[in-house]
Amino acid sequence: MKNLKFLVLGILFGFILIKGEVISWFRIQEMFRFQSFHMYGVICSAIAIGMISILIIKKFNIKTFSGEEIKIAPKEFTKGNVIGGLMFGLGWAMTGACPGPLYALIGSGSLIVIVVLLSAVFGTYIYGVLKDKLPH
Amino acid sequence: MSILTQPWPWYITGPLIGLMIPLLLLLGNKAFGISSSLRHICAACIPTNVKFFKYDWKAESWNLVFALGMIIGGCIAGVVFKNPNNITLSETAVTSISTLGITNFSGLIPTEIFNFSSLLTLKGFILIIIGGFMIGFGTRYANGCTSGHSIMGMANLQWPSLVSTCCFFAGGLLMTWVILPIIMKL
Repeated sequence: MKNLKFLVLGILFGFILIKGEVISWFRIQEMFRFQSFHMYGVICSAIAIGMISILIIKKFNIKTFSGEEIKIAPKEFTKGNVIGGLMFGLGWAMTGACPGPLYALIGSGSLIVIVVLLSAVFGTYIYGVLKDKLPH
Repeated sequence: MSILTQPWPWYITGPLIGLMIPLLLLLGNKAFGISSSLRHICAACIPTNVKFFKYDWKAESWNLVFALGMIIGGCIAGVVFKNPNNITLSETAVTSISTLGITNFSGLIPTEIFNFSSLLTLKGFILIIIGGFMIGFGTRYANGCTSGHSIMGMANLQWPSLVSTCCFFAGGLLMTWVILPIIMKL
């Protein structure tokens, strides 16, 4: 059961997302209307902690617990970063959710979000079908 | 007990989310990111010849297990340790959201729009079905979402992630300030 650790991390992450209310449609509206610091504080402090962690890992060449070299694939730029990014932004403000929150919301009992998740899976599928015809 | 039922402030939530990055790296050499799970679901569940879904998704199964964990974590936090109170929004946010016609502020999402019977209304269909579609299509086209780009990518100083994050916000602002008020009147 090599995936057990990821199950535990997922449980922790889902718990944090709900308790931090970052999965709330109300909070996302509040963020896009610049009416509260909450979401900005969450995002910026998460980036800061992530950044410091990655710097430490790189600086001291820290290995994984099983002794592997840690590798992080670079993000390559395509036109999709802009076009897809704008599309996702629209969907984010419509549903108040990004992919992670969809799972946490379903768990929290908002069963209608299952429909949002299925639509998102369908959207991903249609992207896969159209991929070669889209500008990249 | 109250720490488990009360909502957490940003300075607790944000750093804990940030810690997911080193934990995933140290425990499994995995880059934090959720939207790939949508692709793996397609690859695993939809019988298709589309090249984009012809890969060994089982090698990426950790991502699906992580997503499953999020459902369980969401259940523990949202059902077992449910916050008994409404979300404390800023007063200005309550006013703005009220002008959209929303009156029920209980729970995490506005149940007036997000419910099964509203799927049959134009407004509900657009927000739930089209909105979900845009999340799935957009994140894959952009090659990442808020976790993969805005948090992991930015923490790793990747400029394409900064571009994507700016576009996520641009799309969100356009929807919130211009399009959503029109959809809500439908």
